[in-house]
Amino acid sequence: MNYKSMDEANKAVIDKITGSAPFLVDVVPAKEKIKELNDGKVLLHAGPPIEWNDMTGPMQGSCIGASIYEGWASNEEEAEKQLAGGEVKFIPCHHVNAVGPMGGITSANMPVFVVENRTDGNEAYCIMNEGIGKVLRFGANSQEVIDRLKWMQDILGPTIAKALALTEDGLNLNVIIAKAITMGDEFHQRNIAASLIFLKEISPYIVQLDMNESDRKDVIQFLADTDQFFLNIMMATAKAVMDGARTIQDGTVVTAMCRNGKDFGIRISGMGDEWFTAPVNTPQGLFFTGYSQDDANPDIGDSAITETFGVGGMAMIAAPGVTRFVGAGGFDDALATSNEMTEICVSQNSNFTIPTWDFQGACLGIDARKVVETGIEPVINTGIAHKKAGMGQVGAGTVRAPKECFEKALEAYAVKLGLI
Amino acid sequence: MLHTIIKKNSYQDSINLMLLTNSIATMEGLNKVQIMMATPANKDIFKDAGLHTSELEAAESNDMAIVVDTDNADMIDTVLEKVEQYLNDQSISNKKQGFETVRTWDKAVDALPNANVAMISVPGEYAADEADKALDRGLHVFMFSDNVSVEDELRLKQKAHEKGLLVMGPDCGTGILDGVPLAFANVVNKGRIGLVGASGTGIQEVSTIIDRLGEGVSHAIGTGGRDLKDPIGAITMMDGIRALENHSATEIITIISKPPAEHVRNEVMELLQSLTKPVVAVFLGEKPEQYEGNVYQAYTLAETAHIAVDLARGNEVKPDYNSGDFSVENASLKDGQKTLKGLYSGGTLASEAAVLISDALGLGTHIKNEEGYVLKHEGQEIVDLGDDKYTQGKPHPMIDPETRSKFIEQAGDDETTAVILLDFVLGYGSHDDMASALLPSIKKAVAKAKEGGRTLHVVATVCGTKNDPQSYDGHVKQLKEAGVIVKETNNEAVRTALSIVGLQVEDNQKKHVEGTKSDKKFDLSVSEDIASLVSERPRVINVGLKGFTGALSDTGTQFVQYDWRPVAGGNARMAKILSLLK
Repeated sequence: MNYKSMDEANKAVIDKITGSAPFLVDVVPAKEKIKELNDGKVLLHAGPPIEWNDMTGPMQGSCIGASIYEGWASNEEEAEKQLAGGEVKFIPCHHVNAVGPMGGITSANMPVFVVENRTDGNEAYCIMNEGIGKVLRFGANSQEVIDRLKWMQDILGPTIAKALALTEDGLNLNVIIAKAITMGDEFHQRNIAASLIFLKEISPYIVQLDMNESDRKDVIQFLADTDQFFLNIMMATAKAVMDGARTIQDGTVVTAMCRNGKDFGIRISGMGDEWFTAPVNTPQGLFFTGYSQDDANPDIGDSAITETFGVGGMAMIAAPGVTRFVGAGGFDDALATSNEMTEICVSQNSNFTIPTWDFQGACLGIDARKVVETGIEPVINTGIAHKKAGMGQVGAGTVRAPKECFEKALEAYAVKLGLI
Repeated sequence: MLHTIIKKNSYQDSINLMLLTNSIATMEGLNKVQIMMATPANKDIFKDAGLHTSELEAAESNDMAIVVDTDNADMIDTVLEKVEQYLNDQSISNKKQGFETVRTWDKAVDALPNANVAMISVPGEYAADEADKALDRGLHVFMFSDNVSVEDELRLKQKAHEKGLLVMGPDCGTGILDGVPLAFANVVNKGRIGLVGASGTGIQEVSTIIDRLGEGVSHAIGTGGRDLKDPIGAITMMDGIRALENHSATEIITIISKPPAEHVRNEVMELLQSLTKPVVAVFLGEKPEQYEGNVYQAYTLAETAHIAVDLARGNEVKPDYNSGDFSVENASLKDGQKTLKGLYSGGTLASEAAVLISDALGLGTHIKNEEGYVLKHEGQEIVDLGDDKYTQGKPHPMIDPETRSKFIEQAGDDETTAVILLDFVLGYGSHDDMASALLPSIKKAVAKAKEGGRTLHVVATVCGTKNDPQSYDGHVKQLKEAGVIVKETNNEAVRTALSIVGLQVEDNQKKHVEGTKSDKKFDLSVSEDIASLVSERPRVINVGLKGFTGALSDTGTQFVQYDWRPVAGGNARMAKILSLLK
């Protein structure tokens, strides 16, 4: 180890996080940044590695949708045959500097946000938010879904890319996050403030673009309608920052948390790229009418990168508007949740102070040791997918990261260091 | 049949409406209900739920849509009423508690950065580790936990001493720091008498008598029962004595212990002789014959309190405070009724009873302990029901009346029993109303004896003050009304019981002789941390039993509650790995 103590190593990791400088610089087709997508039929997915047969409904539904979207198949049956037949190669988003919401299915031509972390020079990518209702990330794959993806590829993505090109050096995301956290966002369940700030920042550039007026109106309307638009930017931001922090190859700070519907996976700073997994939990929460806990898909998506970064469920107190997801509780429950989360973190991030928390900083650096010591599992705010493909979102709630992942990570690290 | 209610321009957030939907869905007579803002996406959700209507379709994003599927159209008004009520009454109950609760040491220290005392009441096997962590953070330790090995105790006390900190305990049942009761302790007036004691109810008895005599206690520092034995060698006792010597508000120093190991006793006595302040000492089981220099050794706990009070008031110390008239009028006994059964919840009070009764029987004053019996001689029995023997898997008899009730009834059935002797220990930690809890068994035992033609005498003492959470006067009154003879102190209660069976203790008239000052130079200075422990209000991290926070809240003491759990949930392998990943 390059540090005198674990605390010192962890301090180095969190210094990387607080010192990060993420900028939104571009939107490009995924294949331009992720070379693996140019090599035949390849799909990225959320969570630690998983194969077709082990995927839950929503992820399979997304794969089918992506196959049709990419033109590999013309219908569901054909797509399913290819996918089940091993014609499509699966790679976790996390392995190619990307993250993906829910199923996380990302294919070559989908536009992705490009977030550059200027302190470490690394980039991270995430597909764009499709809005709510029938959407690919929840496994929906009807024509309506494909059409919207095509529109995002042809109109939305290029428009935002051109608008960003007009900015001097992209959008400074730390600034947007710092503002939005004071406006009630926790960036997982609630992104409305950040989405509005994004719209405020980008629209002056969009109005300058030489483009079809009807397309321009559609783009602005879509951004205005999509409350969670910033979530995917937040995910790419958190990924870029945590990957920068991961260049410190020591310590016990959690650098990624993600789920594939079957396994929950974490990485810690001292163990580099290795995943430590345990079966996922199923989120508990509120359901739309006609649906219940029985319909809930097990926990899924890379969006827990937001909690890894210290927001989302960790920053519950920042978002009084969504506190009731903590279990129909009120402000005090949110306060208790965030206070509890500070017990397992190395420190608090003074870049993102939370007014409703007496201006304490957001959680900073989940220490796997503290998780194991206290048994307090990180809390994650999450949408809940129907377990059947294509049914979409049926509710929202919270879920905990299973303790076993953290135990395995510490055990492996102790072995690596020759301590046991 | 579907019914649609559209509330125009009535925005509510989606979570609120989901909660509302859940609440309405519980109403009888509804097949299905969905309440959402009528956005395009939500209309799809209505569609999926089979609740789509043309009114809904016509509604706009800022309208609240309530779609009810019911066979009973009369229900619609009821639903609407309930919706209105829910929306008007959205406040969520406020469950704020007045203190912070944490789960780790780091957070505890963050929450109370100026904490100076850690109160540890975690299971014994973990207590030493937690005490170590507290000492590492520069905190004095009040260790309520028992079952800590003597090796750990020695190591912790040596470590504390080197760091200029105090370890009170382990198995420290009581303490008072600047008027703040810790663990099982009474609400005692603040005053000029400082106590250091190796016994729980010993401190409680002395401090409450001092209070009732109108004086007060500056601090009562518990040391744990093994402090004056080998190999600990009175580390805490001596640091505690130095602390009080240096504490200007303390005028009289009082120490309470069972007889120490011989060389420890000598060392402590030498230290006491070197002090500038007068000292009252009681080593329960030693029957002193004289007062030496500034050290006034007492025979009983009550005498200890009386001497301390007279010294504080500048009165001349009397040669003896114990003897007196303890006869009971009309104490009738049947032939064969000659034994005393002392059924104690307080260990030191039991020991004191054993000493006095042994003394009266001419058996000396040495105390033994066989299976909780501190005296068992020809039917004369004094039992410490707080002994491990009786508390395995059961609450302590100061909290739970059950074991004592059984013993009372058994003692009543024993035809040789003349007197049942009881203690009622009040204060924080103790049962809310032990008199009411035990009186049924007492009355039963007395009545049963009466049926057998015997008069069963019950003598009790109440250890407490008027400011205790329980009512001291109420206890005395209730017991007296039930025919129990209630005495001010344990000493008086025991002597009263003895007089009923025609026995009495001969007391020494103690002369005052010159002290023997040793040549040894004692360093009487204390560390800054100990000096501030006795000169300031304690600021406490309570590690473990939440019940102990009651006294802290009531006295306005700064504290933080550490909801302790075993490291890694008790998983030994993970705990080891954690200890390695430092």
